[in-house]
Amino acid sequence: MALVETLCTRLAAKEPVSVIGGGTKSFLAGRLKDEPVSMQEHSGIINYEPTELVLTAKSGTTLQEIEACLSDARQMLPFEPPRFGVQSTIGGVMASGLSGPRRMHLGSARDCVLGVRLINGLGQHLKFGGEVMKNVAGYDLSRLSVGAYGTLGILTEISVKVLPIPENEQTQVLECSQAEALATLIRIGRRPYPLSAASWIGGALYIRLSGAANGVESAASAIGGETLKTADLFWSGLRDMTATEFNPAGEWLWRISVAPTTPTNTLDAFCFDWAGGQRWLVTQPDDYSPFELAARLGGHATCFARDRESGTGMQPLESGILRLNQRVKEAMDPHGLINRGRLLEEAH
Amino acid sequence: METGQLVAALAAGVQSDRVLFREQDTAPYECDGLTMFKAKPKVVVLPETRDEVCHVLKTCKALGVPVVARGAGTGLSGGALPHADGVLLVMAKFSRILEIDEDARIARVEPGVRNLAISEAVSHLDLYYAPDPSSQIACSIGGNIAENSGGVHCLKYGLTVHNVLSVTVALDDGSIVTVGSDALDSAGYDLLALTIGSEGLLAVVLEVTVRLLPKPEEMRVVMAAFDDVTKAGDSVGNIIAAGIIPAGLEMMDGPAVAAVEDFVKAGYPLDAEALLLCEVDGTKEEVADELARVEAILKESGATMLRVATNEEERLLFWKGRKSAFPAVGRISPDYYCMDGTIPRKHLSLVLRRMREMSERYGLRCANVFHAGDGNLHPLILFDANDPDEVKRAEDFGAEILELSVEVGGTITGEHGVGIEKINEMCVQFSSDELTQFHTVKAAFDPTGILNPGKAVPTLNRCAEFGKMHIHHGQMPHPELERF
Repeated sequence: MALVETLCTRLAAKEPVSVIGGGTKSFLAGRLKDEPVSMQEHSGIINYEPTELVLTAKSGTTLQEIEACLSDARQMLPFEPPRFGVQSTIGGVMASGLSGPRRMHLGSARDCVLGVRLINGLGQHLKFGGEVMKNVAGYDLSRLSVGAYGTLGILTEISVKVLPIPENEQTQVLECSQAEALATLIRIGRRPYPLSAASWIGGALYIRLSGAANGVESAASAIGGETLKTADLFWSGLRDMTATEFNPAGEWLWRISVAPTTPTNTLDAFCFDWAGGQRWLVTQPDDYSPFELAARLGGHATCFARDRESGTGMQPLESGILRLNQRVKEAMDPHGLINRGRLLEEAH
Repeated sequence: METGQLVAALAAGVQSDRVLFREQDTAPYECDGLTMFKAKPKVVVLPETRDEVCHVLKTCKALGVPVVARGAGTGLSGGALPHADGVLLVMAKFSRILEIDEDARIARVEPGVRNLAISEAVSHLDLYYAPDPSSQIACSIGGNIAENSGGVHCLKYGLTVHNVLSVTVALDDGSIVTVGSDALDSAGYDLLALTIGSEGLLAVVLEVTVRLLPKPEEMRVVMAAFDDVTKAGDSVGNIIAAGIIPAGLEMMDGPAVAAVEDFVKAGYPLDAEALLLCEVDGTKEEVADELARVEAILKESGATMLRVATNEEERLLFWKGRKSAFPAVGRISPDYYCMDGTIPRKHLSLVLRRMREMSERYGLRCANVFHAGDGNLHPLILFDANDPDEVKRAEDFGAEILELSVEVGGTITGEHGVGIEKINEMCVQFSSDELTQFHTVKAAFDPTGILNPGKAVPTLNRCAEFGKMHIHHGQMPHPELERF
């Protein structure tokens, strides 16, 4: 508890505090104004009972440790968070709120959070939500803190819903254009197939099916295409963004979140995931036009460039929503002490 | 403030026949599904346009008058209980389905649309809206947003928060914002998650965009009887340990089974100490596969009897028993209190044992129905309201159950909400600092506190006595609804 107590004391004394997990996602959002403290020493799985489908860990616990522990019980984090390095912590996973391919089927990081403990801007160590699936006592400040990059409070403990690893998985590959891929997904999305991921990249649509053997097999034959032999490699490459397309030399990578049915000719994506809901494109450095593009399409853009030096790389907020964001920040951190520079400062 | 003055101010922006203030007109709105709490609102407004809603909010904010929004009024925690000095904003006339996009599998609806009406409107497209609270034939989607409603299928398909893409709301000052979007996530803080389940304290819902799912090809249910509650609880753990997430997983204890069987004749075995219903859904192939595995696990877990519903009629009969548990218990006792705690499932046998001890100590019977998959327990405490001593004992019994839920790591409310009913128990679950944090978040949306004041989050000096749902002589509010 030493680290937590120190952070509480510093905040109570109105001292600015910045925290990071493993620092693997420091390239996202804004640069911290204050020298960060790493939460890595605040580590360890506190409670895990496979049959309860809940795991609680201190925020500095590495994703690697959590996934290894889950996998021993044949379970997993349902939202497949991207892994940008072995130091990646569960606190960082929740602070960024990123989710991988399985998100379209089993929900996002935010969907899987059941409770958190956090230190608010007054230095108070508070607990919200819990370790049970259904809990409607109090405002949902646990899910609110997901994707907040720590700016609403320093996460110290997190409880997540976990799920069994599917008995069987099979991936079908259909060579087609991006537009054809989207049309195919709209069609099969109407059927109760056990889809667990659907992505288009490099001229082919990849559809992953998960569940009982017979169900997977019959859906695969209905969907058609070739069965991918190296499916695990493909999906982990997409999840962790290790494929070469995601690391363009001299260009900027952008994530565009739009309605999944958004026509493919409205943006020049080299890949889509989540059956069309998450699109990836590249621009020249310092080209911020994706913000305007995403706004026009009713979505939002996030800059994933590793060499961006200014700004938050986050979609500017419309004025009514911006005002609410600022007020919520003030409610959680009234003196503006936590993770200064990470999210909203530029927008003020 | 004079009623006449308030009515005049409201009528300046709302068609006059939509503003009710005579006692005979406001009386029908004096309570929601929790009838033990009643209050006549000063004025009831039934707006039909967004401009009218915004006018009401602006007017009330300027005059410092409380506003309580109400959907269908089926809530079980008094969340829509009127404020005696305030305006009750009844959103029932916002009942249009605005758009159905079958390609995107979404529906855009007004807040007064009934939960089941959404599924009915898209049924011909083989789609449905997944969250299915027991009151789904009557409850409105706006109320579902306020309460973050669940249903018997939420272990597999999630709660309201998992099935809603965006909500357009009116704020306290009459401005309109949309939180969330048609995309799967949005920029900035997750205000959608914050809005859902906020019990009408942060904003008034004007429009909701929900996700639709393809209907499962097949649904099958298996009924299993156990001679021991612990074995039944363990069998649930064994099913999940085997990697199966059933669509529904419900349990009843012996007293609940006896009450139900006498009422519904669902074919439940009367000698069972615990009865489990497990539903699997999906494609035909998936269902066949999973059903066989579930049966094997239940057998290994010591089920004394196993029956798979052989046809749709029988499947519905099995469920009818479970869904009739509340009225069935209402028949065997003049009154009952329904509790709504959620517990980590591993503590089920401990909690049931402790409740049996309490039952003996308080001299009151107790029947249990349990959303076993997600740990949401509904103990029904049987008592007679005409006996003041029994009332007192039932209240203490209930309070002790909720404290026990918190003690074992659970929560005071899994799905009914805090409302006015469990406002005092919030003090057991949260510290003063945590409650204060809730109040500052509320103030971020509604600094003058006009929206649903006095509900959901207690003031710090209020933590005193425990309140509960009180059913008098089996008279459920909305007796036509299945309650489970």
